[in-house]
Amino acid sequence: MAGFDKVVSTYEEAMAGLEDGMTVISGGFGLCGIAENLINEIKRKGTKELTMVSNNCGVDDFGLGVLLQDRQIKKIVASYVGENAEFERQMMNGELEVELTPQGTLAEKMRAGGAGIPAFFTATGYGTPVADGKEEREIDGRMYILEHAIKGDFAIIKAWKADRYGNLVFRKTARNFNPMAATAGKITVVEVEEIVEPGELDPDQIHTPGIYVNRLILGTFEKRIEQRTVRTAQS
Amino acid sequence: MALTREQLAQRVAQELQDGYYVNLGIGIPTLVANYIPKEIEVMLQSENGLLGMGQFPTEDEIDADLINAGKQTVTMATGASVFDSAESFAMIRGGHVDLTVLGAFEVDVNGNIASYMIPGKLIKGMGGAMDLVAGADNIIVTMTHASKHGVSKLLSNCTLPLTGKGCIKKVLTDLAYIEIKEGKFHLVERAPGVSVDEIIKLTEGELVIPNNVPEMKL
Repeated sequence: MAGFDKVVSTYEEAMAGLEDGMTVISGGFGLCGIAENLINEIKRKGTKELTMVSNNCGVDDFGLGVLLQDRQIKKIVASYVGENAEFERQMMNGELEVELTPQGTLAEKMRAGGAGIPAFFTATGYGTPVADGKEEREIDGRMYILEHAIKGDFAIIKAWKADRYGNLVFRKTARNFNPMAATAGKITVVEVEEIVEPGELDPDQIHTPGIYVNRLILGTFEKRIEQRTVRTAQS
Repeated sequence: MALTREQLAQRVAQELQDGYYVNLGIGIPTLVANYIPKEIEVMLQSENGLLGMGQFPTEDEIDADLINAGKQTVTMATGASVFDSAESFAMIRGGHVDLTVLGAFEVDVNGNIASYMIPGKLIKGMGGAMDLVAGADNIIVTMTHASKHGVSKLLSNCTLPLTGKGCIKKVLTDLAYIEIKEGKFHLVERAPGVSVDEIIKLTEGELVIPNNVPEMKL
């Protein structure tokens, strides 16, 4: 690695330094825009007692769901976990700690974590179980709760294209949580479908500047679809 | 007759106005997209980061990178934009969405809504629902009026964990269109062929009945 070149050639290198008990922030919404191969590398490494921060937890045999099989996840912070039978089993048995977090609050926690904002007030969740134990404050006649930022030891990100400096471009709704997650990792690892030379991406079109990215790897992706929904010609 | 899912969607669609940005929840709300009047323009927001959601793709158009909040494959309408989740929820939490339609398990006379978990039974998570109910001013809840066993879902106090407190003003059920104000339900319309007595019987929370309760027009 030289200068701003973030490219690594193996998944082992990409996830080097990940240890038991660490917090990993993951981009993705459902199975869309997830770092499939970085997740599989965590499975291969067998790292345990992880806290995962991700909007969802994959399905039984794909995405973050594969880390449940060997009980690698101790705690998950997520907004929606309803697609995964093993998840439900571990949660009901108390083997897995779950912190349900409203989706917008989760996105903002990551954004704040990456932007040096320690906490923020939001109306979301006021008067609900999400507010339990949190500071409440009235501002201009409305009630808000204090939510704390999230930072990760690692962030695992899937982007579409990158240059070698780690400037990232996402594609369609595969962007989702990835840009915020990328800012909130002490070590941010990104896998992409294409790596180009610096200067080849239009600076006006870069979604995530390379300053947030530590390691970059070229991957091949299954891109599994969770709900394949099509219309017929007449509808 | 109680409204079908399609008729619920049709009735909600009457609330759409030209130029509205609309967020439709999963289930019945999604069906509203099928009944947008031809003469108006509406843009659908999908909280995973899409404004201008189009119809479902043909087999050839399927793109794994393009889904809606229900994780279904979709397309983009003309003039669509894509963005990250923080931006998406800035739209929602910042009150920029003109109409939000979502489902619920229970609603009560104080405008509280419970929609995301049944303790010990169903724990799937709130997704974006807490942000939507806290951030939006114009919300329509669509739900069945009572359970299959005849237990009312329009209550004096929600029994399940809340998704939001004091944020619901309009509820459309399969039996009635109801508004919530000053700690009471107000019956506005009844489903075609449904009597006021039936609605009274299946509404546990205090219900105000005006002299004239018109039938919904579908």
